[in-house]
Amino acid sequence: MSLELILFLILALVAIATAIGMLFSHNAVYSALFLVLNFVTVAVFYLLLGAPFIAMAQITVYAGAIMVLFLFVIMLLGAERLPDTRVLPWQRPLAIGLAFVLAVESVYLLVTKARPVGDILPPEATVNAVENLRMLGTTLFRYYLLPFEVTSILLLVAMVGAIVLTRKEKGEQK
Amino acid sequence: MFLSEATPSGFFFLAPWLVFLPVIGLLINIIFGGRFSEKVIGTVASLASGAAFVVSVLLAWSVAAGHGGAVSVPFAEWIHIGGLELDWTFRVDSLSTTMMLVVSGVGTLIHIYAIGYMHEDVRFKNDPGRFRRFFVFLNLFIAMMMILVSGDSYLMLFVGWEGVGLCSFLLIGFWYEMDTLARPSWANSNAAKKAFVTNRVGDFGFLIAGFIMFWAFGSFQFDEVFEAAHSVAPGVIVAITLFMLVGVAGKSAQIPLYVWLPDAMAGPTPVSALIHAATMVTAGVYLVTRSAELYMLVPQAQYIVAMTGAITALFAATIAVGQYDIKKVLAYSTISQLGFMVAAVGMGAFVAGMFHLVTHAFFKALLFLSAGSVILGLERGHHHAAHGHHDDHGKGKKGKRKEEHHEEEHHEVFDPGDMRNMGGLRKTMPVTFWLYMIGTLALAGIFPFAGFWSKDEILLDASLHYPTVYVLLSIAAFFTAFYMGRQIWMVFFGEARHEAAAHAEESKPIITVPLMVLAALSLLGGALNLPFEGFHNLGHWLEYTLHEVEALPLDLKVAGISTVLALTAILISWLIYGRNPLKAGQIDPLKRPLGFLFTGMENKWFVDEGYFAVIINPFKKLSQFLADVVDWRFWHDFVHDTIIAGTYNWFSNIALNVYADQKGIDAFANWLGDATQSLSGAMRKVQNGFVRSYALSVLLGVVLIVGYLILK
Amino acid sequence: MVPVEYYIILSAILFTIGVTGVLIRRNALIIFMSIELMLNAANLAIVAFSSALKSFSGQIFVFFVIAVAAAEVAVGLALIVEIFKSKHSIDVDQMSSLKG
Repeated sequence: MSLELILFLILALVAIATAIGMLFSHNAVYSALFLVLNFVTVAVFYLLLGAPFIAMAQITVYAGAIMVLFLFVIMLLGAERLPDTRVLPWQRPLAIGLAFVLAVESVYLLVTKARPVGDILPPEATVNAVENLRMLGTTLFRYYLLPFEVTSILLLVAMVGAIVLTRKEKGEQK
Repeated sequence: MFLSEATPSGFFFLAPWLVFLPVIGLLINIIFGGRFSEKVIGTVASLASGAAFVVSVLLAWSVAAGHGGAVSVPFAEWIHIGGLELDWTFRVDSLSTTMMLVVSGVGTLIHIYAIGYMHEDVRFKNDPGRFRRFFVFLNLFIAMMMILVSGDSYLMLFVGWEGVGLCSFLLIGFWYEMDTLARPSWANSNAAKKAFVTNRVGDFGFLIAGFIMFWAFGSFQFDEVFEAAHSVAPGVIVAITLFMLVGVAGKSAQIPLYVWLPDAMAGPTPVSALIHAATMVTAGVYLVTRSAELYMLVPQAQYIVAMTGAITALFAATIAVGQYDIKKVLAYSTISQLGFMVAAVGMGAFVAGMFHLVTHAFFKALLFLSAGSVILGLERGHHHAAHGHHDDHGKGKKGKRKEEHHEEEHHEVFDPGDMRNMGGLRKTMPVTFWLYMIGTLALAGIFPFAGFWSKDEILLDASLHYPTVYVLLSIAAFFTAFYMGRQIWMVFFGEARHEAAAHAEESKPIITVPLMVLAALSLLGGALNLPFEGFHNLGHWLEYTLHEVEALPLDLKVAGISTVLALTAILISWLIYGRNPLKAGQIDPLKRPLGFLFTGMENKWFVDEGYFAVIINPFKKLSQFLADVVDWRFWHDFVHDTIIAGTYNWFSNIALNVYADQKGIDAFANWLGDATQSLSGAMRKVQNGFVRSYALSVLLGVVLIVGYLILK
Repeated sequence: MVPVEYYIILSAILFTIGVTGVLIRRNALIIFMSIELMLNAANLAIVAFSSALKSFSGQIFVFFVIAVAAAEVAVGLALIVEIFKSKHSIDVDQMSSLKG
C-alpha cells in the first residue's frame, strides 16, 4: 500500500461522494458547489497523473468559469428548489437499476477483457511543469494546429450564439 | 328451217327469257319508274309480258318443229351438296308451252287492260303514286308463273308455286290500308293474309308430297320420278298424289281450302282476272296434269281427286246463286269451274281438263275484266251524280291533269260492285254489255262458244267412267247457267236501281279492246279441240307429253242434255229476275221460297264462320295462352324474374354483398385499420414528450450493447 | 503505483453517476451539470491512459474537450435561459409538448 494508492483511494472517495451529493441535493446551488468540489478533486487527479497544465486548466475553466456560469444562471432563474411532483414514477428505479447494471458491466468488461497497459509512473518523471507546458505547446501547434483553430472558431461561435440567443426585443430585461 | 330430231335446236335457248323478260320489266319500273308517266310504266310492263308471249310462241313453234319432243334447257346449278344435285332447268314440251301461251297471252291482254283500269282506280282511291307498284307486282307474277310452268322438276315448280302465292298476297293486299269501299280498314290486308295462310296449308301438303317423293325416288326431276314411280309400292304413290291434292286444293281453291278466293276479290279487278281466274289458280290443274303418270298408277287417288273437284263444283255453284257482289259471283264461279277442271284431270281426262283450263282463262278473264269495266262505269256514274255537272272526269283522256276527288263529299257508302245498285246498264254501257254476254254464254256452255266444247268434253268423259261425277257436274252446270243468267238480268236489264247506274259511262278503248280480243277467243276457242276426227288439236298436242290421250268423238246425247240444262237454267233465271226486274231496295225473289237455303247460299254456307270457330279462334286462344301465361307469366315473370334474376340478385346482394363483401372483406379491412390504430395508439405512448425517458431508452441500448460485447 | 484500471473504474463510476443524474433529475441545470460530470469522467480516463501510455495526445485531447465543454455550456445555458423565459420553468417534465 503505497502513498499514491492511499491518496488515490481517498481522493476517489471524495470524488464519488461529491458526485453523489450533487446528484441527490435538492438545492441546485448545493449541487453546483458539490460539483465544483468534484472538479477540484479531478484536478488533483490530473496532477497525480502528471498533467499539471490540464489540472490548472480544469480548475480555471471548469471549476472557475463554467461552474460560476452555472451559479449565475441558477441565481438568475431562481431555480434553487423545485416542487417534487411525480410524473414518471417508474423512471427513477429503472434508471438507477440500469445505471448500476452499466457500472457493473463496464467494470466487468474492464477487469476481464482489458489488456494490461502498465502502471502509472510516479509523478517525478514528468513533474517539471514548464517542461510539460513546453511540450504541450509544441505538440499542440505542431500536430494539432487545425483542431486548435477550429476550436477557436467554435468558441467564437459559442459566444456569438449565446449573445444571439439571449438577445431580446427592446423593452425586456436580459 | 326444219331441224333434225336428234339435236334439238330452234328457239329452245330462249327459254330463260320467259322468266327474265318480265324481271327486266319490273326492274326497269322499279329503278326508273319514278320518272316515267303512267303510260310509260304500263307500256314497259306490257311489253315485258308481251315479249314473254313472243318467246312462248317461238318455243311452241320449236316444239312443233321438233315433233313434240320435250327439251330440257339447263340454266343454272342451284344446290350441289355431296351427291345431291338440284338444278334450275327449263323444260319445253307441249304441256308447258300450252301453259306458257295461256299465261303470257292472257297476261299481256290484262296488262294492257290494267293500264286503263288502274289509271282510274288509283284516282278513285286517291293514291296515284301507287300505279307503278301494281305493274311491278304484275310482272313479278308473270315471272313467277313462268318459273312454275317451265320448271323441269317438282322443285322448280314449287319455287314458282310459292312465288305466285307471294304475288297473290301482294296484289290482293294492294290497297292494304282500306277495304273494297276505300274506307280505312284491315279488310284488304286480312284478305291477303287469308290467301297466303290458306295457300300455306296447301303448300304444306305439297311439301310432304315432295319429301315423300325425294325419300322414295331420290330426285325431283319429272322424268326420273315418273320412271322410278313404276317400281315402288303403290302406297307411296297414293301418299304422294293425295298430298299433292292438298296442295291443289290450296292453290286451285278446292274444298276445303277454297275460302281465300272469294276474299281475294278485295284486290283490283285485273288481279282477280289474271291470278284468280286465268293463271295462278290453274297451277293446281297443271300440277295434276304434269303428274299424270303418277295419278294413272293409283285409281283410288284419282277417284278422290275427281270427287273433290265435283263436290267443289256443285258446292261453289250453289253459293254463287246467293251472292250480290258482281265479283263474288264470278269468284265462286271460278271455284266451281276449277272444280270441273280438277274433276276432269282426276278422272284421267287430262286433255279435257287442260282444254277447259284454256277456254276458262279466256272467258273468265273476259268476265272479270268486263265486271271491272262495269264497276268503273258505276264509279264514274257515282261521281257524275255527286258532282252534278262537274265533268272533269272525261273518257279516255290520259295525260297529266289534276283531278280532285273529294271522296269525303260522298256521304253515303257506295259499293260499286253491288249488283243491287246496278240495272239497265245495257243502255249506258253497250260495249261492255255485249262482251259480258259473250263471256256468260261461253261460261254457261252454250253452243258454239268455247265453254260448250270444253265443258262438254269433261261431261262426256265423266258420263263414261264416273257416273257420280257426271251427275254432280251436270247439276253444277245447271246452277252455273242459272247464276250467270241471274247476273245478266240484274246488272244489264231492267231499270237502274241507283243514280250511279243511271249515270254510268262506257269505258275507254284501252279497257274495251283487250276485252274484245278475249271475247273473240271465247267465241272461237272451241276450235282448239273439237270433238271431231282430225280436229283434236289440243289432244294431239298434249299427246306428246301425256302419251295416253283418249280422243272422244262428240256424243250428241251428253251434249244435248247439257245444252238443255243450260238453256232451262237461263230461262228460269229470266222468269225470276228478267221478267220482273228488281226494283231498288227489293229483296231477292228467291229469298222467300228457298228460305233458309237461300240464307245459306247468301252466307257461303257459313264455312268461314265454321273455320273461325273450330280452327282460328281456338288457335288464337292457344297463342294468347302461350304468350300470356306460358311465356309472359311463367317464363318471363316467374323463371326469369323470380328465379333467375331473383337468384342472381340474392346471390350478388346477399351472398356477395352482405356476407362476402361487407361481413368478410370489409370486416377484415376495417379490423386491419382498427388494429393499426390501436397498435399505433399503444405505441404512441412511448413518445411521451419527456426527455428523460428518451435518455433512458438510450441507456438501455447502451447497456444491451455492452452486454453483448461482454458475451461475445 | 496506481494501476490504470483503478482510474478507469473510478471514471466508470463517475460516468454512471452522471448518467443517473441525467435520468433522475428534473431540473435542467442539474441535468446539465451531470453531463459535465460525465465529460469529466471521460477526461479522467483519457488522461489516465495518456499517462500510462506515455503519450501526449491524451492531454491535448483533454485540452480540446475542456474548450469545447466551455463553449457548449455557454450555449446550453443561453438556451435554458431562453426556455425559462417562455415556460417560466426549467422542469424538463414540463417540456413535453412534442409528445405523440
